[in-house]
Amino acid sequence: MNNKSKKTIKLLSTVVLGMFVFSFALVPLYNVFCEVTGLNGKIELKATTEKGLENQDGRDISIQFISHNNEEMPWIFKPSEDKIKIKTGKYHTATFYVRNTTSKRMVAQAIPSVAPSNAATHLKKLECFCFEQQELAPGEEALLPVKLLFDNDLPKSIKNVVLSYTIFDVTNYKDAEMSQHQNSIDYQEDHVMEASI
Amino acid sequence: MSAVIESHEQDHHHGPPKGITRWLYTTNHKDIGTLYLWLSFAMFLIGGAMALVIRAELFAPGMQIVEPEFYNQMLTLHGLIMVFGAVMPAFVGLANWQVPLQVGAPDMALPRMNNLSFWILPFAFIVLLSSLFMEGGAPNFGWTFYAPLSTTYAPPSVTFFIFSIHIMGASSIMGSINVIVTIMNMRAPGMTLMKMPLFVWSWLITAYLLIAVMPVLAGAVTMMLMDIHFGTSFFNAAGGGDPVLFQHIFWFFGHPEVYIMILPAFGITSHIIETFSRKQLFGYTSMVWAMTSIAILSFVVWAHHMFTVGMPLAAELFFMWATMLIAVPTGVKVFNWITTMFKGSISYETPMLFAIAFVVLFTIGGFSGLMLAITPADFQYHDTYFVVAHFHYVLVPGSIFAIMAGVYFWIPKWTGNMYDERLGRLHFWLSFISVNITFFPQHWVGLAGMPRRYPDYALQFADWNMVSTVGAFMFGASQILFLFIVLKTLMGGKKATAEVWESSRGLEWTLESPPPYHTFTTPPKVN
Repeated sequence: MNNKSKKTIKLLSTVVLGMFVFSFALVPLYNVFCEVTGLNGKIELKATTEKGLENQDGRDISIQFISHNNEEMPWIFKPSEDKIKIKTGKYHTATFYVRNTTSKRMVAQAIPSVAPSNAATHLKKLECFCFEQQELAPGEEALLPVKLLFDNDLPKSIKNVVLSYTIFDVTNYKDAEMSQHQNSIDYQEDHVMEASI
Repeated sequence: MSAVIESHEQDHHHGPPKGITRWLYTTNHKDIGTLYLWLSFAMFLIGGAMALVIRAELFAPGMQIVEPEFYNQMLTLHGLIMVFGAVMPAFVGLANWQVPLQVGAPDMALPRMNNLSFWILPFAFIVLLSSLFMEGGAPNFGWTFYAPLSTTYAPPSVTFFIFSIHIMGASSIMGSINVIVTIMNMRAPGMTLMKMPLFVWSWLITAYLLIAVMPVLAGAVTMMLMDIHFGTSFFNAAGGGDPVLFQHIFWFFGHPEVYIMILPAFGITSHIIETFSRKQLFGYTSMVWAMTSIAILSFVVWAHHMFTVGMPLAAELFFMWATMLIAVPTGVKVFNWITTMFKGSISYETPMLFAIAFVVLFTIGGFSGLMLAITPADFQYHDTYFVVAHFHYVLVPGSIFAIMAGVYFWIPKWTGNMYDERLGRLHFWLSFISVNITFFPQHWVGLAGMPRRYPDYALQFADWNMVSTVGAFMFGASQILFLFIVLKTLMGGKKATAEVWESSRGLEWTLESPPPYHTFTTPPKVN
């Protein structure tokens, strides 16, 4: 086989390897793309660090809260209020009621989604129970808080935003994905305790 | 193409060794091509039998023959076997036979890798098919294996499915590297890129597509494997993943994949139409550019498979327009084929009949594709039998008719015997009529709202489903005739001349029929 062929083979093998790596690179690319553009109603699972979002000249919007239980997740999970009226540019705290109805310790993870999706980039959260996993003892109940704000740039056409949370049973998952939030878990646990009734 | 060949007596050519080891150890491109074609035909019959199970169940509404769980397994395996087992290996087989002959090379560039890339394939399909006998049954999530159906809710056999996809991917990648290296470096002196036969061009482009997307498929199934066994959450929302991401990755592979299954068909059809029209192909250069632009565009249209998943308006518009843009180069190709036939002195031998049917029926499939590309309309068509009718029109009378046309076209060259023309035409007419009886009514039930992938359906779809099933069994039976014709040709028949066809063009027709075991050991000269 001549050198030209060897060169072609090397080049093609590099492309193969590169495309394999690229398929994995699609994962972070996709997430970054969705978070930046707010496509898919995806929101970052992190507290906002932006300052100066608050101001007085906001307009009225209403927020509807929806809760779902994934598959056979047995917990009771529902918003304390189904619909609230708020002003943009001001923080509001809403709570979700949750109770572990089983006789075993369980861990849950809530995943948020926003509709319409172009509201997603304007939603800022100072804190949210969805940032961490929730562990509840048998029969334990809690009020989970979310402190959120819609900035003033929210498109004028949007008068009603739906915030949906789906709660997943993650008892069997070691929280590898969530380990980056480990530091804040202690804080969160205190908070849950405070909020417990 | 005008080609002159230097006289090159095969002074010391030797035949193949005898027995089973000839096939196990072979590094000869002709042997490997034959192996690929037989494997493809076996898979075509297995996948076809599964299709008949599906059609038998759908003969009448209500549950008749199989359990819904088994129906799902048949549906999944039918798709996987036909795509990865029947269509792709058939094209690789044709490439193995024809590419070295058409570019004037003695063999493929990497003969041992060629042997390996074939011989791992039967194992991939044994692994995949063995899952039918495993606890929990075979994969049942559709050939598109969307997560979380294929991860959280998958039967345990999904791991074997992943393994078999890895093997098929490795085989395709090795095969493609082989094709590209052969075409780029082993062409006969004087054969510039723009003098290459169109089948070679179509395979060069296909091989590049394979190299670009098969690793992405490997990545997708690897992510599934990790989600299932190693606790990662690529596609699991609870762990921060996203099932929609799976669809994006899958179709980033999947859309170029559908062109992988049609581009070589374009090449075959071009050769056949020019031969039997006894004219030079119209618009060679535009054919090359059309194929290239179709290949490039295939990377930016994937989300038209998932319009209903919830995308922003801008993305839906982009993917709609990009998809419709593909109709332009495809239209150029159809125009060129028709113009080649225009005022040609056409004769209707079996390959030409299949090629003309390809042009007509593939165009119907292309038009229904355009209808599906219209985003707002797609919300109605999505996941109905209209989609099933669309992709079966481009795959069965598209890819598979082109493969059969290619086999009829080249089998006199391969075996040295003419096939039985009368039986060939009978096979064509049976296939042509039954394929339309099978799939055309599916457009109507689809538009009327019959969803795909269910073992049962509402009463109003009963009549056309019955027709469809009758057509499917006719089509299945006609392919047994194809097997018979091929076997009969292998046994004997009228001796074929070197040119085989009256107006054949290209290097392969300068060789005697059948060609010696080793050909073009001295490169021919192309003017």
